[in-house]
Amino acid sequence: MTAEPGSIQILIEILYLVASVLFILSLKWMSSPTTARHGIWAGEIGMVLAIGGTLLNRGMNYRLIAIALVLGTIIGVPLGRVQMTAVPQRTALSHAFGALCVTLVGSAEFYLRAPDISRFMMSVLSLEVILGGLTVTGSLMAAGKLQEILPQRPLTYKGQNLVNFVLLAGALVIAVSLVLHPEARSLFPFMILIALAFGVLLIIPIGGADMPTVISLLNGYAGLSAAAMGFVLDSKLLIIAGALDGSSGLILSIIMSKAMNRSFTNVLFGAFGQVQAAAAAGEEARPVRSATPEEAAAILSAANRVIVVPGYGMAVAQAQHKVRELYDALSKRGVDVRFAIHPVAGRMPGHMNVLLAEADIPYDRLIEMDEINGDFPQTDVALVIGANDVTNPAARSDASSPIYGMPILDVDKAHTAMVIKRSMNPGFAGIDNPLYYLDNTLMLFGDAKAFVGSIVRELSGGHG
Amino acid sequence: MNSSSTLINALFIFVLAGFIGFEVIRRVSPLLHTPLMSLTNALDAIAVVGAIVLVGEHKSTLATVFGFIAVVAATSNIVGGFVITDRMLKMFKSSRPAAKPAAK
Repeated sequence: MTAEPGSIQILIEILYLVASVLFILSLKWMSSPTTARHGIWAGEIGMVLAIGGTLLNRGMNYRLIAIALVLGTIIGVPLGRVQMTAVPQRTALSHAFGALCVTLVGSAEFYLRAPDISRFMMSVLSLEVILGGLTVTGSLMAAGKLQEILPQRPLTYKGQNLVNFVLLAGALVIAVSLVLHPEARSLFPFMILIALAFGVLLIIPIGGADMPTVISLLNGYAGLSAAAMGFVLDSKLLIIAGALDGSSGLILSIIMSKAMNRSFTNVLFGAFGQVQAAAAAGEEARPVRSATPEEAAAILSAANRVIVVPGYGMAVAQAQHKVRELYDALSKRGVDVRFAIHPVAGRMPGHMNVLLAEADIPYDRLIEMDEINGDFPQTDVALVIGANDVTNPAARSDASSPIYGMPILDVDKAHTAMVIKRSMNPGFAGIDNPLYYLDNTLMLFGDAKAFVGSIVRELSGGHG
Repeated sequence: MNSSSTLINALFIFVLAGFIGFEVIRRVSPLLHTPLMSLTNALDAIAVVGAIVLVGEHKSTLATVFGFIAVVAATSNIVGGFVITDRMLKMFKSSRPAAKPAAK
Protein backbone atom coordinates (compact mmCIF):
# COMPACT_ATOMS: atom_id res chain seq x y z
CA MET A 1 0.00 0.00 0.00
CA THR A 2 3.05 2.30 -0.08
CA ALA A 3 2.96 2.65 -3.86
CA GLU A 4 1.50 5.72 -5.55
CA PRO A 5 -2.20 5.69 -6.40
CA GLY A 6 -1.36 5.42 -10.09
CA SER A 7 0.54 2.19 -9.75
CA ILE A 8 -2.15 0.74 -7.47
CA GLN A 9 -4.67 1.41 -10.21
CA ILE A 10 -2.46 -0.42 -12.68
CA LEU A 11 -2.05 -3.33 -10.30
CA ILE A 12 -5.84 -3.52 -9.87
CA GLU A 13 -6.37 -3.50 -13.63
CA ILE A 14 -3.79 -6.27 -14.07
CA LEU A 15 -5.55 -8.36 -11.41
CA TYR A 16 -8.83 -7.80 -13.29
CA LEU A 17 -7.15 -8.92 -16.52
CA VAL A 18 -5.89 -12.12 -14.89
CA ALA A 19 -9.37 -12.71 -13.47
CA SER A 20 -10.92 -12.28 -16.93
CA VAL A 21 -8.54 -14.85 -18.39
CA LEU A 22 -9.30 -17.25 -15.55
CA PHE A 23 -13.05 -16.83 -16.12
CA ILE A 24 -12.70 -17.75 -19.79
CA LEU A 25 -10.50 -20.74 -18.93
CA SER A 26 -13.02 -21.73 -16.31
CA LEU A 27 -15.75 -22.02 -18.94
CA LYS A 28 -13.41 -23.68 -21.42
CA TRP A 29 -12.67 -26.44 -18.90
CA MET A 30 -16.37 -27.10 -18.53
CA SER A 31 -16.25 -28.77 -21.94
CA SER A 32 -15.65 -32.18 -20.36
CA PRO A 33 -16.40 -33.78 -16.99
CA THR A 34 -12.72 -34.73 -16.61
CA THR A 35 -11.53 -31.12 -16.62
CA ALA A 36 -14.60 -29.39 -15.25
CA ARG A 37 -13.40 -29.21 -11.67
CA HIS A 38 -10.29 -27.29 -12.77
CA GLY A 39 -12.81 -24.85 -14.14
CA ILE A 40 -14.22 -24.19 -10.69
CA TRP A 41 -10.79 -23.58 -9.24
CA ALA A 42 -9.95 -21.16 -12.05
CA GLY A 43 -13.22 -19.34 -11.42
CA GLU A 44 -12.63 -19.19 -7.67
CA ILE A 45 -9.07 -17.89 -8.01
CA GLY A 46 -10.25 -15.29 -10.52
CA MET A 47 -12.97 -14.21 -8.15
CA VAL A 48 -10.58 -13.88 -5.18
CA LEU A 49 -8.11 -11.87 -7.27
CA ALA A 50 -10.84 -9.55 -8.54
CA ILE A 51 -12.35 -8.91 -5.12
CA GLY A 52 -8.91 -8.60 -3.55
CA GLY A 53 -7.90 -6.11 -6.24
CA THR A 54 -11.02 -4.04 -5.64
CA LEU A 55 -10.26 -3.85 -1.94
CA LEU A 56 -6.89 -2.26 -2.79
CA ASN A 57 -8.75 0.92 -3.75
CA ARG A 58 -7.84 3.64 -1.25
CA GLY A 59 -9.99 5.02 1.51
CA MET A 60 -12.54 2.22 1.60
CA ASN A 61 -14.91 1.57 4.49
CA TYR A 62 -13.70 -1.96 5.08
CA ARG A 63 -15.87 -2.75 8.07
CA LEU A 64 -19.13 -2.32 6.18
CA ILE A 65 -17.79 -4.29 3.20
CA ALA A 66 -16.72 -7.11 5.49
CA ILE A 67 -20.14 -7.28 7.13
CA ALA A 68 -21.81 -7.49 3.71
CA LEU A 69 -19.41 -10.18 2.51
CA VAL A 70 -20.01 -12.26 5.63
CA LEU A 71 -23.78 -11.85 5.38
CA GLY A 72 -23.70 -12.88 1.73
CA THR A 73 -21.67 -15.94 2.60
CA ILE A 74 -24.13 -16.90 5.34
CA ILE A 75 -26.97 -16.74 2.80
CA GLY A 76 -24.93 -18.34 0.02
CA VAL A 77 -23.81 -21.51 1.77
CA PRO A 78 -27.30 -22.98 2.32
CA LEU A 79 -28.19 -22.01 -1.25
CA GLY A 80 -25.25 -24.10 -2.37
CA ARG A 81 -26.40 -27.09 -0.35
CA VAL A 82 -29.94 -27.59 -1.69
CA GLN A 83 -31.22 -30.95 -3.01
CA MET A 84 -30.40 -31.71 -6.63
CA THR A 85 -34.11 -31.74 -7.52
CA ALA A 86 -34.27 -28.15 -6.21
CA VAL A 87 -31.40 -26.89 -8.35
CA PRO A 88 -33.69 -25.24 -10.96
CA GLN A 89 -35.41 -23.02 -8.41
CA ARG A 90 -32.10 -22.26 -6.74
CA THR A 91 -30.74 -21.21 -10.11
CA ALA A 92 -33.75 -19.00 -10.78
CA LEU A 93 -33.32 -17.45 -7.33
CA SER A 94 -29.67 -16.70 -8.00
CA HIS A 95 -30.58 -15.04 -11.31
CA ALA A 96 -32.83 -12.81 -9.22
CA PHE A 97 -30.02 -12.02 -6.75
CA GLY A 98 -27.56 -11.28 -9.54
CA ALA A 99 -30.03 -8.98 -11.25
CA LEU A 100 -30.88 -7.33 -7.91
CA CYS A 101 -27.22 -6.45 -7.42
CA VAL A 102 -27.03 -4.97 -10.92
CA THR A 103 -30.26 -3.00 -10.55
CA LEU A 104 -29.28 -1.57 -7.16
CA VAL A 105 -25.83 -0.53 -8.33
CA GLY A 106 -27.32 1.02 -11.47
CA SER A 107 -29.86 2.97 -9.42
CA ALA A 108 -27.22 4.19 -6.99
CA GLU A 109 -25.01 5.31 -9.88
CA PHE A 110 -27.94 7.21 -11.40
CA TYR A 111 -28.58 9.19 -8.22
CA LEU A 112 -24.86 9.85 -7.73
CA ARG A 113 -24.38 11.15 -11.27
CA ALA A 114 -27.63 12.60 -12.62
CA PRO A 115 -28.13 15.14 -14.07
CA ASP A 116 -24.44 15.19 -15.00
CA ILE A 117 -24.67 12.12 -17.21
CA SER A 118 -24.01 11.72 -20.92
CA ARG A 119 -26.75 10.50 -23.24
CA PHE A 120 -24.95 7.31 -24.06
CA MET A 121 -24.32 6.60 -20.40
CA MET A 122 -27.96 7.20 -19.54
CA SER A 123 -29.08 4.87 -22.33
CA VAL A 124 -26.87 2.06 -21.09
CA LEU A 125 -27.87 2.70 -17.50
CA SER A 126 -31.55 2.50 -18.47
CA LEU A 127 -30.92 -0.76 -20.28
CA GLU A 128 -29.09 -2.05 -17.21
CA VAL A 129 -31.87 -1.30 -14.74
CA ILE A 130 -34.77 -2.30 -17.04
CA LEU A 131 -33.18 -5.66 -17.88
CA GLY A 132 -32.07 -6.06 -14.28
CA GLY A 133 -35.45 -5.14 -12.85
CA LEU A 134 -37.47 -7.47 -15.04
CA THR A 135 -35.00 -10.27 -14.36
CA VAL A 136 -35.39 -9.80 -10.59
CA THR A 137 -39.16 -10.30 -10.52
CA GLY A 138 -39.25 -12.66 -13.51
CA SER A 139 -36.73 -14.97 -11.85
CA LEU A 140 -38.55 -14.81 -8.52
CA MET A 141 -41.75 -15.81 -10.33
CA ALA A 142 -39.95 -18.66 -12.08
CA ALA A 143 -38.47 -19.82 -8.78
CA GLY A 144 -41.93 -19.67 -7.18
CA LYS A 145 -43.44 -21.76 -9.94
CA LEU A 146 -40.63 -24.31 -9.77
CA GLN A 147 -40.91 -24.53 -5.98
CA GLU A 148 -44.66 -24.89 -6.49
CA ILE A 149 -45.41 -21.94 -4.22
CA LEU A 150 -47.11 -20.42 -7.27
CA PRO A 151 -49.40 -22.34 -9.64
CA GLN A 152 -47.38 -24.05 -12.35
CA ARG A 153 -49.98 -23.87 -15.04
CA PRO A 154 -49.96 -20.88 -17.35
CA LEU A 155 -52.18 -17.98 -16.29
CA THR A 156 -53.60 -16.19 -19.28
CA TYR A 157 -56.16 -13.44 -19.76
CA LYS A 158 -57.50 -11.50 -22.67
CA GLY A 159 -55.26 -8.72 -23.92
CA GLN A 160 -52.27 -10.10 -22.01
CA ASN A 161 -49.77 -9.38 -24.74
CA LEU A 162 -51.15 -5.88 -25.18
CA VAL A 163 -50.73 -5.13 -21.47
CA ASN A 164 -47.17 -6.42 -21.54
CA PHE A 165 -46.38 -4.44 -24.65
CA VAL A 166 -47.78 -1.23 -23.20
CA LEU A 167 -45.75 -1.70 -20.02
CA LEU A 168 -42.54 -2.27 -21.92
CA ALA A 169 -43.25 0.71 -24.14
CA GLY A 170 -43.90 2.79 -21.01
CA ALA A 171 -40.53 1.86 -19.55
CA LEU A 172 -38.83 2.71 -22.84
CA VAL A 173 -40.57 6.09 -23.06
CA ILE A 174 -39.33 6.96 -19.57
CA ALA A 175 -35.86 5.76 -20.53
CA VAL A 176 -35.82 8.02 -23.58
CA SER A 177 -37.09 10.98 -21.51
CA LEU A 178 -34.30 10.42 -19.01
CA VAL A 179 -31.73 10.21 -21.79
CA LEU A 180 -32.91 13.58 -23.11
CA HIS A 181 -33.57 15.18 -19.71
CA PRO A 182 -31.47 13.45 -17.04
CA GLU A 183 -32.44 16.20 -14.57
CA ALA A 184 -35.95 14.68 -14.33
CA ARG A 185 -34.76 12.38 -11.57
CA SER A 186 -38.24 11.76 -10.23
CA LEU A 187 -39.05 9.67 -13.32
CA PHE A 188 -36.39 7.11 -12.50
CA PRO A 189 -38.29 5.11 -9.82
CA PHE A 190 -41.22 4.71 -12.22
CA MET A 191 -38.95 3.13 -14.81
CA ILE A 192 -37.79 0.61 -12.19
CA LEU A 193 -41.34 -0.10 -11.01
CA ILE A 194 -42.55 -0.75 -14.56
CA ALA A 195 -39.60 -3.08 -15.19
CA LEU A 196 -40.42 -4.99 -12.00
CA ALA A 197 -44.10 -5.30 -12.94
CA PHE A 198 -43.18 -6.35 -16.47
CA GLY A 199 -41.03 -9.18 -15.10
CA VAL A 200 -43.98 -10.57 -13.13
CA LEU A 201 -46.41 -10.37 -16.04
CA LEU A 202 -43.89 -11.86 -18.45
CA ILE A 203 -43.62 -15.12 -16.48
CA ILE A 204 -47.28 -15.50 -15.38
CA PRO A 205 -48.41 -17.04 -18.71
CA ILE A 206 -45.50 -19.50 -18.89
CA GLY A 207 -46.14 -23.11 -17.90
CA GLY A 208 -43.91 -25.57 -16.09
CA ALA A 209 -42.90 -27.40 -19.27
CA ASP A 210 -41.30 -24.26 -20.65
CA MET A 211 -39.19 -23.60 -17.57
CA PRO A 212 -35.91 -24.83 -19.09
CA THR A 213 -36.18 -22.18 -21.81
CA VAL A 214 -37.28 -19.46 -19.41
CA ILE A 215 -34.46 -20.09 -16.94
CA SER A 216 -31.95 -19.93 -19.79
CA LEU A 217 -33.47 -16.75 -21.13
CA LEU A 218 -33.40 -15.09 -17.69
CA ASN A 219 -29.79 -16.20 -17.40
CA GLY A 220 -29.08 -14.33 -20.63
CA TYR A 221 -30.86 -11.19 -19.38
CA ALA A 222 -28.91 -11.28 -16.11
CA GLY A 223 -25.67 -11.49 -18.10
CA LEU A 224 -26.60 -8.64 -20.46
CA SER A 225 -27.61 -6.37 -17.59
CA ALA A 226 -24.28 -7.08 -15.90
CA ALA A 227 -22.46 -6.22 -19.13
CA ALA A 228 -24.42 -2.96 -19.32
CA MET A 229 -23.32 -2.25 -15.76
CA GLY A 230 -19.75 -2.80 -16.97
CA PHE A 231 -20.26 -0.01 -19.55
CA VAL A 232 -21.66 2.33 -16.87
CA LEU A 233 -18.79 1.67 -14.45
CA ASP A 234 -16.23 1.45 -17.26
CA SER A 235 -15.19 -1.97 -15.94
CA LYS A 236 -13.75 -4.27 -18.59
CA LEU A 237 -13.88 -7.23 -16.24
CA LEU A 238 -17.60 -6.78 -15.75
CA ILE A 239 -18.23 -6.36 -19.48
CA ILE A 240 -16.37 -9.62 -20.13
CA ALA A 241 -18.12 -11.57 -17.37
CA GLY A 242 -21.50 -10.22 -18.47
CA ALA A 243 -20.84 -11.06 -22.11
CA LEU A 244 -19.81 -14.62 -21.16
CA ASP A 245 -22.90 -15.12 -19.02
CA GLY A 246 -25.13 -13.52 -21.64
CA SER A 247 -23.86 -15.74 -24.44
CA SER A 248 -24.21 -18.79 -22.21
CA GLY A 249 -27.84 -17.96 -21.49
CA LEU A 250 -28.50 -17.26 -25.14
CA ILE A 251 -26.96 -20.52 -26.36
CA LEU A 252 -28.86 -22.55 -23.77
CA SER A 253 -32.13 -20.80 -24.67
CA ILE A 254 -31.59 -21.64 -28.33
CA ILE A 255 -30.86 -25.29 -27.52
CA MET A 256 -33.93 -25.50 -25.28
CA SER A 257 -36.33 -23.90 -27.71
CA LYS A 258 -35.04 -26.13 -30.52
CA ALA A 259 -35.66 -29.14 -28.29
CA MET A 260 -39.25 -27.97 -27.81
CA ASN A 261 -39.59 -26.91 -31.46
CA ARG A 262 -40.70 -23.46 -30.37
CA SER A 263 -39.47 -19.95 -31.06
CA PHE A 264 -38.62 -17.50 -28.26
CA THR A 265 -41.64 -15.41 -29.10
CA ASN A 266 -43.80 -18.51 -28.89
CA VAL A 267 -42.44 -19.39 -25.45
CA LEU A 268 -42.83 -15.85 -24.15
CA PHE A 269 -46.07 -14.82 -25.77
CA GLY A 270 -48.06 -17.99 -26.35
CA ALA A 271 -49.22 -20.07 -23.41
CA PHE A 272 -48.96 -23.80 -23.93
CA GLY A 273 -51.27 -26.63 -23.10
CA GLN A 274 -54.85 -25.40 -23.43
CA VAL A 275 -55.95 -26.19 -27.00
CA GLN A 276 -55.38 -29.91 -26.86
CA ALA A 277 -57.43 -30.82 -23.78
CA ALA A 278 -60.33 -31.89 -25.98
CA ALA A 279 -58.23 -34.14 -28.21
CA ALA A 280 -57.63 -36.75 -25.51
CA ALA A 281 -61.27 -37.20 -24.59
CA GLY A 282 -62.40 -39.44 -27.46
CA GLU A 283 -59.51 -41.89 -27.12
CA GLU A 284 -60.16 -43.31 -23.66
CA ALA A 285 -61.27 -46.81 -24.57
CA ARG A 286 -58.37 -47.93 -26.75
CA PRO A 287 -56.81 -51.17 -25.54
CA VAL A 288 -53.30 -51.29 -24.13
CA ARG A 289 -51.12 -54.23 -23.17
CA SER A 290 -49.77 -54.26 -19.65
CA ALA A 291 -47.26 -56.40 -17.77
CA THR A 292 -46.35 -57.29 -14.19
CA PRO A 293 -42.92 -56.67 -12.61
CA GLU A 294 -42.13 -60.40 -13.04
CA GLU A 295 -42.83 -60.29 -16.77
CA ALA A 296 -40.90 -57.04 -17.14
CA ALA A 297 -37.92 -58.51 -15.30
CA ALA A 298 -37.96 -61.59 -17.53
CA ILE A 299 -37.99 -59.49 -20.70
CA LEU A 300 -35.24 -57.21 -19.41
CA SER A 301 -32.94 -60.03 -18.37
CA ALA A 302 -33.37 -61.72 -21.76
CA ALA A 303 -32.37 -58.49 -23.56
CA ASN A 304 -28.94 -57.65 -24.89
CA ARG A 305 -29.40 -53.91 -25.21
CA VAL A 306 -31.60 -51.74 -23.06
CA ILE A 307 -32.11 -48.00 -23.26
CA VAL A 308 -33.69 -46.27 -20.27
CA VAL A 309 -35.57 -43.05 -21.02
CA PRO A 310 -35.88 -41.06 -17.80
CA GLY A 311 -38.13 -38.05 -17.40
CA TYR A 312 -38.82 -35.56 -14.66
CA GLY A 313 -41.48 -37.91 -13.26
CA MET A 314 -38.67 -40.26 -12.28
CA ALA A 315 -37.11 -37.55 -10.13
CA VAL A 316 -40.47 -36.59 -8.64
CA ALA A 317 -40.99 -40.21 -7.59
CA GLN A 318 -37.43 -40.21 -6.17
CA ALA A 319 -36.84 -43.33 -8.26
CA GLN A 320 -33.32 -42.56 -9.49
CA HIS A 321 -31.61 -44.67 -6.83
CA LYS A 322 -33.81 -47.68 -7.66
CA VAL A 323 -33.01 -47.07 -11.33
CA ARG A 324 -29.35 -47.24 -10.43
CA GLU A 325 -29.95 -50.64 -8.75
CA LEU A 326 -31.69 -51.80 -11.91
CA TYR A 327 -28.72 -50.59 -13.94
CA ASP A 328 -26.36 -52.56 -11.67
CA ALA A 329 -28.48 -55.73 -11.74
CA LEU A 330 -28.78 -55.71 -15.53
CA SER A 331 -25.14 -54.77 -16.13
CA LYS A 332 -24.11 -57.69 -13.92
CA ARG A 333 -26.06 -59.99 -16.23
CA GLY A 334 -24.18 -58.60 -19.21
CA VAL A 335 -27.01 -56.44 -20.49
CA ASP A 336 -25.83 -53.23 -22.14
CA VAL A 337 -27.79 -50.44 -20.40
CA ARG A 338 -27.68 -46.84 -21.54
CA PHE A 339 -29.74 -43.76 -20.76
CA ALA A 340 -31.27 -41.55 -23.42
CA ILE A 341 -31.36 -37.91 -22.33
CA HIS A 342 -33.72 -35.50 -24.06
CA PRO A 343 -32.46 -31.89 -23.87
CA VAL A 344 -35.56 -30.79 -21.94
CA ALA A 345 -35.70 -33.77 -19.58
CA GLY A 346 -35.91 -32.16 -16.16
CA ARG A 347 -36.65 -28.58 -15.22
CA MET A 348 -33.53 -26.86 -16.53
CA PRO A 349 -30.86 -27.56 -19.15
CA GLY A 350 -28.88 -30.67 -18.20
CA HIS A 351 -30.93 -31.30 -15.07
CA MET A 352 -31.54 -35.01 -15.77
CA ASN A 353 -27.80 -35.68 -16.09
CA VAL A 354 -27.24 -34.20 -12.63
CA LEU A 355 -30.06 -36.26 -11.11
CA LEU A 356 -28.67 -39.48 -12.59
CA ALA A 357 -25.09 -38.61 -11.69
CA GLU A 358 -26.26 -38.07 -8.13
CA ALA A 359 -27.54 -41.65 -8.16
CA ASP A 360 -24.01 -42.74 -9.16
CA ILE A 361 -24.87 -43.67 -12.71
CA PRO A 362 -21.66 -43.21 -14.73
CA TYR A 363 -21.82 -40.19 -17.04
CA ASP A 364 -20.54 -42.10 -20.07
CA ARG A 365 -23.81 -44.09 -19.96
CA LEU A 366 -25.86 -40.89 -20.37
CA ILE A 367 -26.32 -40.33 -24.09
CA GLU A 368 -27.78 -37.29 -25.80
CA MET A 369 -30.85 -37.58 -27.97
CA ASP A 370 -29.15 -36.99 -31.33
CA GLU A 371 -26.48 -39.54 -30.58
CA ILE A 372 -28.72 -42.34 -29.35
CA ASN A 373 -31.77 -41.99 -31.55
CA GLY A 374 -30.27 -44.07 -34.37
CA ASP A 375 -29.75 -46.97 -31.96
CA PHE A 376 -33.38 -47.58 -30.99
CA PRO A 377 -34.13 -49.96 -33.91
CA GLN A 378 -31.32 -52.27 -32.68
CA THR A 379 -32.45 -52.01 -29.07
CA ASP A 380 -34.32 -54.88 -27.41
CA VAL A 381 -36.05 -52.88 -24.70
CA ALA A 382 -36.64 -49.17 -24.27
CA LEU A 383 -37.76 -48.53 -20.70
CA VAL A 384 -39.56 -45.21 -20.23
CA ILE A 385 -39.64 -43.96 -16.63
CA GLY A 386 -41.56 -40.78 -15.89
CA ALA A 387 -41.21 -39.34 -19.40
CA ASN A 388 -44.16 -38.70 -21.68
CA ASP A 389 -44.18 -35.95 -24.32
CA VAL A 390 -40.55 -36.52 -25.32
CA THR A 391 -41.47 -40.07 -26.41
CA ASN A 392 -44.67 -39.16 -28.27
CA PRO A 393 -44.46 -40.42 -31.87
CA ALA A 394 -47.26 -38.01 -32.82
CA ALA A 395 -44.57 -35.32 -32.78
CA ARG A 396 -43.07 -37.03 -35.85
CA SER A 397 -46.18 -38.03 -37.75
CA ASP A 398 -49.32 -36.14 -36.69
CA ALA A 399 -49.34 -32.60 -38.04
CA SER A 400 -52.38 -31.77 -35.91
CA SER A 401 -50.61 -32.60 -32.66
CA PRO A 402 -49.66 -29.57 -30.55
CA ILE A 403 -46.16 -30.95 -30.21
CA TYR A 404 -45.77 -31.76 -33.93
CA GLY A 405 -42.20 -31.12 -35.04
CA MET A 406 -40.69 -31.39 -31.57
CA PRO A 407 -37.65 -33.68 -31.66
CA ILE A 408 -38.40 -36.86 -29.71
CA LEU A 409 -36.66 -40.03 -28.59
CA ASP A 410 -37.64 -42.81 -31.02
CA VAL A 411 -38.74 -45.19 -28.28
CA ASP A 412 -41.42 -46.72 -30.52
CA LYS A 413 -38.70 -48.09 -32.83
CA ALA A 414 -37.26 -50.38 -30.16
CA HIS A 415 -38.27 -54.07 -30.33
CA THR A 416 -40.19 -53.63 -27.10
CA ALA A 417 -41.09 -50.39 -25.39
CA MET A 418 -41.99 -50.54 -21.70
CA VAL A 419 -43.57 -47.53 -20.06
CA ILE A 420 -43.85 -47.15 -16.30
CA LYS A 421 -46.84 -44.94 -15.59
CA ARG A 422 -49.30 -44.46 -12.77
CA SER A 423 -52.39 -44.60 -14.98
CA MET A 424 -53.56 -43.78 -18.45
CA ASN A 425 -54.16 -40.12 -17.56
CA PRO A 426 -52.53 -37.85 -20.11
CA GLY A 427 -49.35 -36.14 -18.95
CA PHE A 428 -48.49 -32.65 -17.90
CA ALA A 429 -49.34 -31.01 -21.21
CA GLY A 430 -52.51 -33.09 -21.49
CA ILE A 431 -51.50 -34.61 -24.82
CA ASP A 432 -52.41 -38.22 -25.57
CA ASN A 433 -49.44 -40.44 -26.43
CA PRO A 434 -50.04 -43.01 -29.25
CA LEU A 435 -46.93 -44.87 -28.09
CA TYR A 436 -49.02 -46.48 -25.34
CA TYR A 437 -51.34 -48.21 -27.84
CA LEU A 438 -48.67 -49.75 -30.07
CA ASP A 439 -48.40 -53.54 -30.34
CA ASN A 440 -44.81 -53.56 -29.16
CA THR A 441 -45.55 -51.41 -26.12
CA LEU A 442 -46.08 -52.80 -22.63
CA MET A 443 -47.54 -50.56 -19.98
CA LEU A 444 -46.18 -51.08 -16.48
CA PHE A 445 -48.76 -49.50 -14.20
CA GLY A 446 -47.57 -48.29 -10.84
CA ASP A 447 -45.39 -45.86 -8.93
CA ALA A 448 -42.00 -45.55 -10.64
CA LYS A 449 -39.95 -46.15 -7.51
CA ALA A 450 -42.01 -49.13 -6.33
CA PHE A 451 -42.20 -50.71 -9.79
CA VAL A 452 -38.49 -50.44 -10.51
CA GLY A 453 -37.89 -51.80 -7.01
CA SER A 454 -40.02 -54.88 -7.74
CA ILE A 455 -38.19 -55.49 -11.03
CA VAL A 456 -34.87 -55.29 -9.20
CA ARG A 457 -36.11 -57.78 -6.57
CA GLU A 458 -37.22 -60.15 -9.31
CA LEU A 459 -33.85 -59.88 -11.05
CA SER A 460 -31.84 -60.56 -7.90
CA GLY A 461 -34.25 -63.22 -6.59
CA GLY A 462 -34.40 -65.19 -9.84
CA HIS A 463 -31.66 -67.50 -11.10
CA GLY A 464 -28.27 -65.81 -11.46
CA MET B 1 -16.65 11.65 -18.17
CA ASN B 2 -16.75 9.00 -20.83
CA SER B 3 -15.01 10.02 -24.03
CA SER B 4 -16.08 8.31 -27.20
CA SER B 5 -12.84 6.35 -27.40
CA THR B 6 -13.44 4.59 -24.08
CA LEU B 7 -16.96 3.84 -25.26
CA ILE B 8 -15.59 2.30 -28.44
CA ASN B 9 -13.07 0.34 -26.40
CA ALA B 10 -15.84 -0.98 -24.20
CA LEU B 11 -17.88 -2.01 -27.23
CA PHE B 12 -14.90 -3.84 -28.72
CA ILE B 13 -14.40 -5.72 -25.47
CA PHE B 14 -18.07 -6.59 -25.24
CA VAL B 15 -18.31 -7.91 -28.80
CA LEU B 16 -15.07 -9.88 -28.62
CA ALA B 17 -15.94 -11.35 -25.22
CA GLY B 18 -19.33 -12.31 -26.60
CA PHE B 19 -17.66 -14.20 -29.44
CA ILE B 20 -15.29 -15.97 -27.07
CA GLY B 21 -18.21 -16.86 -24.83
CA PHE B 22 -20.19 -18.20 -27.76
CA GLU B 23 -17.33 -20.37 -29.03
CA VAL B 24 -16.31 -21.64 -25.59
CA ILE B 25 -19.82 -22.39 -24.38
CA ARG B 26 -20.86 -24.08 -27.62
CA ARG B 27 -18.27 -26.73 -26.77
CA VAL B 28 -19.57 -27.42 -23.28
CA SER B 29 -20.96 -30.94 -23.06
CA PRO B 30 -24.77 -31.01 -22.66
CA LEU B 31 -24.04 -33.34 -19.74
CA LEU B 32 -22.80 -30.31 -17.84
CA HIS B 33 -25.34 -27.68 -18.79
CA THR B 34 -26.72 -27.41 -15.25
CA PRO B 35 -23.31 -26.92 -13.61
CA LEU B 36 -22.46 -24.55 -16.47
CA MET B 37 -25.37 -22.36 -15.54
CA SER B 38 -24.55 -22.34 -11.84
CA LEU B 39 -20.92 -21.56 -12.68
CA THR B 40 -21.71 -18.66 -15.02
CA ASN B 41 -24.06 -17.44 -12.32
CA ALA B 42 -21.22 -17.34 -9.82
CA LEU B 43 -18.88 -15.66 -12.32
CA ASP B 44 -21.52 -13.11 -13.26
CA ALA B 45 -21.69 -12.12 -9.60
CA ILE B 46 -18.35 -10.39 -10.21
CA ALA B 47 -20.70 -7.40 -10.32
CA VAL B 48 -19.88 -7.44 -6.61
CA VAL B 49 -16.80 -5.33 -7.40
CA GLY B 50 -19.00 -2.43 -8.47
CA ALA B 51 -21.08 -2.80 -5.34
CA ILE B 52 -18.00 -2.98 -3.10
CA VAL B 53 -16.77 0.33 -4.49
CA LEU B 54 -20.17 1.89 -3.77
CA VAL B 55 -20.09 0.73 -0.15
CA GLY B 56 -16.44 1.53 0.32
CA GLU B 57 -16.56 5.08 -1.06
CA HIS B 58 -19.69 5.97 0.93
CA LYS B 59 -20.67 8.88 -1.31
CA SER B 60 -24.30 9.03 -0.14
CA THR B 61 -26.50 7.11 2.27
CA LEU B 62 -28.64 5.79 -0.57
CA ALA B 63 -25.60 4.58 -2.52
CA THR B 64 -24.19 2.89 0.57
CA VAL B 65 -27.45 1.14 1.44
CA PHE B 66 -28.03 -0.03 -2.15
CA GLY B 67 -24.40 -1.06 -2.43
CA PHE B 68 -24.57 -2.99 0.83
CA ILE B 69 -27.62 -5.01 -0.27
CA ALA B 70 -25.97 -5.53 -3.65
CA VAL B 71 -22.79 -6.89 -2.06
CA VAL B 72 -24.85 -9.30 0.07
CA ALA B 73 -26.85 -10.53 -2.95
CA ALA B 74 -23.82 -10.94 -5.19
CA THR B 75 -21.71 -12.62 -2.51
CA SER B 76 -24.44 -15.17 -1.85
CA ASN B 77 -24.38 -15.97 -5.59
CA ILE B 78 -20.61 -16.34 -5.62
CA VAL B 79 -20.51 -18.61 -2.59
CA GLY B 80 -23.67 -20.58 -3.39
CA GLY B 81 -22.78 -20.88 -7.08
CA PHE B 82 -19.31 -22.27 -6.49
CA VAL B 83 -20.46 -24.62 -3.72
CA ILE B 84 -23.26 -26.17 -5.75
CA THR B 85 -21.24 -26.38 -8.97
CA ASP B 86 -18.52 -28.21 -7.10
CA ARG B 87 -21.05 -30.58 -5.51
CA MET B 88 -22.57 -31.38 -8.88
CA LEU B 89 -19.28 -31.94 -10.67
CA LYS B 90 -18.07 -34.26 -7.90
CA MET B 91 -21.01 -36.53 -8.68
CA PHE B 92 -20.09 -37.08 -12.32
CA LYS B 93 -18.16 -40.34 -12.37
CA SER B 94 -17.03 -42.44 -15.29
CA SER B 95 -17.78 -46.17 -15.50
CA ARG B 96 -14.09 -46.67 -16.16
CA PRO B 97 -12.55 -45.46 -12.89
CA ALA B 98 -9.10 -46.69 -13.84
CA ALA B 99 -9.05 -44.60 -16.98
CA LYS B 100 -9.88 -41.38 -15.21
CA PRO B 101 -6.51 -40.42 -13.66
CA ALA B 102 -4.74 -41.34 -16.89
CA ALA B 103 -7.05 -39.14 -18.90
CA LYS B 104 -6.04 -36.00 -17.00
